[in-house]
Amino acid sequence: MSRIGVFVCWCGENIARTVDVQQVVDAIGEVPGVRCAGHYKYMCSDPGQAMIRDKIAAEKLHGVVVASCSPHMHLKTFRRAVNAAGLNPYLLEMANIREQCSWVHHDRPLATAKAIELIKLSVAKVRHDRKLDPIRVPVTRRALVIGGGVAGIQAALDIADSGYEVVLVEREPSIGGKMAGLSETFPTLDCSQCILTPRMVEAGQHPRIRLYTYSEVESVDGFIGNFKATIRQKARYVDMTKCTGCGECAKVCPLKRNLSEFDYGMGMRPAIYTPFPQAVPARPVIDKNVCAKIIRNGCGLCEKKCAPGAINFKDTDRMVEEQVGAIVVATGYKLYSIGREQNSDKLRGYGEYGYGKYKDVIDSLQFERLVSASGPTNGELKRPSDGKIPQKVVFISCVGSRDNAKGMQYCSKICCMYTAKHTMLYKHKVHSGEAHVFYMDIRSGGKGYDEFVRRAIEQDGAKYYRGRVSKVTEENGKLIVRGADTLAGIPVTIEADLVVLASAMRPSDGAAELAQKLNVGYDENGFLSESHPKLRPVETNAAGVFVCGACQAPKDIPESVAQASAAASKVAITFAASELTREPEIAHINEQTCAACFACVRTCPYHAVEKAEIRARNGALIKHTARVNPGLCMGCGTCVAVCPSKSADIEGFSEEEIYSMVEALA
Amino acid sequence: MNLGYYPGCALHGSSNDYEQSLRACLGALGVTLAEIDDWICCGATSAHSLNHKLAIALPARNLALAGRQGLGEMFAPCPMCSMQLLRASQAMAADHRLREEMSAIVEAEVPSGPRVLNLIQVFQRVGLDTLKAAVKAPLKDLKPACYYGCLLVRPPVVVDFDDAEQPQSMEAIATALGAKPVEWGSKTECCGAGMTMAKAETVLELSGRILASAVARGANCLVVACPMCHVNLDMKQAEAARRLNTKFDLPVYYLSDLVGMALGLSAGELGVDRHFVVAGGAN
Amino acid sequence: METTSGAEPVTSQIESLSGSHLAECYQCGKCTAGCPVAARMDIPPTRLIRLLQLGDSESALRSNSIWQCVSCQTCTTRCPKSVDCAGVLDALRQIAFERGSLPPAEQRTVLFQKAFLDNIRRHGRLNEIELIAAFKGAVFFRDRNLGFLFRDGGLAPQLARRHKLHLVGEQAKDRGVVARIFARATDGGAR
Repeated sequence: MSRIGVFVCWCGENIARTVDVQQVVDAIGEVPGVRCAGHYKYMCSDPGQAMIRDKIAAEKLHGVVVASCSPHMHLKTFRRAVNAAGLNPYLLEMANIREQCSWVHHDRPLATAKAIELIKLSVAKVRHDRKLDPIRVPVTRRALVIGGGVAGIQAALDIADSGYEVVLVEREPSIGGKMAGLSETFPTLDCSQCILTPRMVEAGQHPRIRLYTYSEVESVDGFIGNFKATIRQKARYVDMTKCTGCGECAKVCPLKRNLSEFDYGMGMRPAIYTPFPQAVPARPVIDKNVCAKIIRNGCGLCEKKCAPGAINFKDTDRMVEEQVGAIVVATGYKLYSIGREQNSDKLRGYGEYGYGKYKDVIDSLQFERLVSASGPTNGELKRPSDGKIPQKVVFISCVGSRDNAKGMQYCSKICCMYTAKHTMLYKHKVHSGEAHVFYMDIRSGGKGYDEFVRRAIEQDGAKYYRGRVSKVTEENGKLIVRGADTLAGIPVTIEADLVVLASAMRPSDGAAELAQKLNVGYDENGFLSESHPKLRPVETNAAGVFVCGACQAPKDIPESVAQASAAASKVAITFAASELTREPEIAHINEQTCAACFACVRTCPYHAVEKAEIRARNGALIKHTARVNPGLCMGCGTCVAVCPSKSADIEGFSEEEIYSMVEALA
Repeated sequence: MNLGYYPGCALHGSSNDYEQSLRACLGALGVTLAEIDDWICCGATSAHSLNHKLAIALPARNLALAGRQGLGEMFAPCPMCSMQLLRASQAMAADHRLREEMSAIVEAEVPSGPRVLNLIQVFQRVGLDTLKAAVKAPLKDLKPACYYGCLLVRPPVVVDFDDAEQPQSMEAIATALGAKPVEWGSKTECCGAGMTMAKAETVLELSGRILASAVARGANCLVVACPMCHVNLDMKQAEAARRLNTKFDLPVYYLSDLVGMALGLSAGELGVDRHFVVAGGAN
Repeated sequence: METTSGAEPVTSQIESLSGSHLAECYQCGKCTAGCPVAARMDIPPTRLIRLLQLGDSESALRSNSIWQCVSCQTCTTRCPKSVDCAGVLDALRQIAFERGSLPPAEQRTVLFQKAFLDNIRRHGRLNEIELIAAFKGAVFFRDRNLGFLFRDGGLAPQLARRHKLHLVGEQAKDRGVVARIFARATDGGAR
């Protein structure tokens, strides 16, 4: 190609202060193949772009080089400009003479010389550029939402209301997540279930939401717009088509004393149970680990009692396949386990707090169930050991959070707020009671949040001590809490009737394994990784997979809901056209020369290379070859590096182009 | 089983009842002790309070002597000694220049071993099943509060033994011997340590709290594995009780007393008759 | 109190002796909360570290806290930032002792530790009778307190009865090496 146009930008003073633009233009004008060389103060501006378009037409340019800032800034701008002038947008190269030249050097002559070299490289490259077209990939406009807590429900409703079908998968027998178990929420003290259950019902009844409860995602194949999810529906032993939700089975079940998961062990449930009255779906499951009929063919009372004959002891897990185009992960959180059993060698629990040793030392979710109106004690705060109403409650913040030695390093964000809330709930129930809080800092940055905490202290009379607690022991029926107040500089000891530990928020069990199935990254704490912490908080580096809610980082309900709607909007963007376009700078394999060693298949981090066969028309096998899936390939170049036969190459960054750049320097 | 043995100053001083007890008991279990030749004091509280180098050098000398004797393991019945030995050993393992410096100061090559064991670990080595099988007189009348004190379990990064907050290793042994250990909240609270002479008030207050806590939980005796704790809880028990206007009458046994008694050894053989507080009234 | 923002020499010395980086302490108070003798201290552990962070090592060195401390290691064990608080107090004691800046009310404790070390230096192993005599003597020399001199005197016959009293203590055979170790550790100056 011999008609290349070069456009050098001043970028105001950003480039021109260090690089002599005129000298660069003059030097580049002498390079063979360069038809014209010009400059402008702001190449990205409308007049700047117009200059490029005019020159393309006037000089009949075959290729364009813009020497300016990083392609991260304006690559799209210039591609569009070039395209508008009728030139293929991939016949454009950018030479970064700002971030990689004028911004990092001080010596004007040397920087100018370097700028000229950089542009020469781009000229050499653009000579070998080929016309490329964006890749088009079909889109299945259905979404998969994994996790049925408030974030998952919100995302599902938003996507469904946008007109797309949603498959909502939830691991527990009912949707609702942690929020369904809360008593009241901050800062409004709204009854949690009252505001959530309408959403739950809506999700359960929405014509475009297909709800799989008591189910888990087993595997996911495919790529954006074309995922295939395999979902395991765990055996409920209850036929959902026949069951009316009357609850008679639970009443006759003789195995009544199993620790209730929903109540975090503060209450009991039978072997056949619905987790809570407002469950969606309001249908029971049978706990196969304790059911006498399932284990040793005994009992069977529920089956006998069930009028519609909905009990089915022969039930098995079922695998279902769903085709979707986008995935939203909303798997939520669990609390740090305070006892000795941990899932990592670095975590050791807090033996000094006596959790698990003393019945009246509980965590925050357990407290929520005890004060919840629909909880195991019907909203009366009866302490676990003897059912008495505690007159002195101590709340300990930061258990497991902000702790490099034995817990998680990070701050769990919500505990300051819910601890203040807990003191208020307690004082509202036990007017004469004393609420004591040991804290390190108060983190209350949301709307109305700080006012809420001050209300707990100033109006509801919660006593706050600034210091951590060292130990909790039991003497004479009282829990002795040994803490400190660093503001006064003294140790503080309180004899409590109940101790509530604000335990750290961690990602739910299985989140890391799920992330691996989806090719989504996660950090050292197991939280799923967003693409960019500031500008892309709900996207992941796996195209078509989005995150929202506490699985990404500790956060409260307003943030989870906002993120869920954000993820839904990203899904809507993905579904906006019937086809997705992707950048064409991806790998391709020369199938003639490919030796089918499949090193690329094994090394591709995106699983984008497949094994394929080339067959003759009569079906006879000619050869095996590797083949790049244009929907998945991210153009990283790993296959190019490992290919022993040089069959793999990247469009727009071909080996020929790279070598020509090197030779241009020599 | 043959173990290197570092008695420490207390066991050859006024806590010689502890040595009598552990020699009788371990002898009955077939454990022989090879005392480290010409061992010296580990430095105890005084060294680490006043002189950093000395605090490492004195234990280092003993590690070197043990190394000279070809001992891969040594049993240190006093947790202050064992903690100091472990701490010095760890510091030198992390910094070879420190090891060189110490070897020069103590005039002997300080090896990277030997392993240091406390009394509970020695019994764990013998094995709970072996102990159980050897029991002749199950301790069914004993409801001990097992008291660990500080240095058996702290700091965990140095001693790496049991659990620093809710240890259970002594309870496991007591249970294997037929006793019924009580669960209580003061098992790792400090008794006042080496402050017996210099700050008697502190010791009386802290030890008093521990004894009261054990009594409140229904214990009828205390079990310890540390000579300092024994002095503070046994010899000083009457004074601690007077200070709180109460009586404790809690015999304080060494863990080796418990094992020895279960094996059928007499109070005289074990030195239990030399304690200040004995079962059934003052001694 | 004047504060300095730069790294003060004493603070650096404390950090190197204890192996702790004091900036890591975020003043949570757990050390004070768990310290069995915090109520007896004029400056509780959290505050001691805060003063060091602010560059005021003098107040820390002059506190009674460092001599009330029983070295139970609870603070170090529970610190969420793995600051070796007990090690910091050890370092403060070592420096305070070196300088001889000791609060009057704590002289007794220091005298005891000093007498203990002298005893070891001479014998290699502890001679309890000699230690008690030396300690009580030194305290009496300072305070002229007869009560303290004869306190616990009644224990002697009780210990004797139980064969726990050794009038002549044990000694190491090679006492020369002990003396040389002490000399080297105290940089040639006997204390």
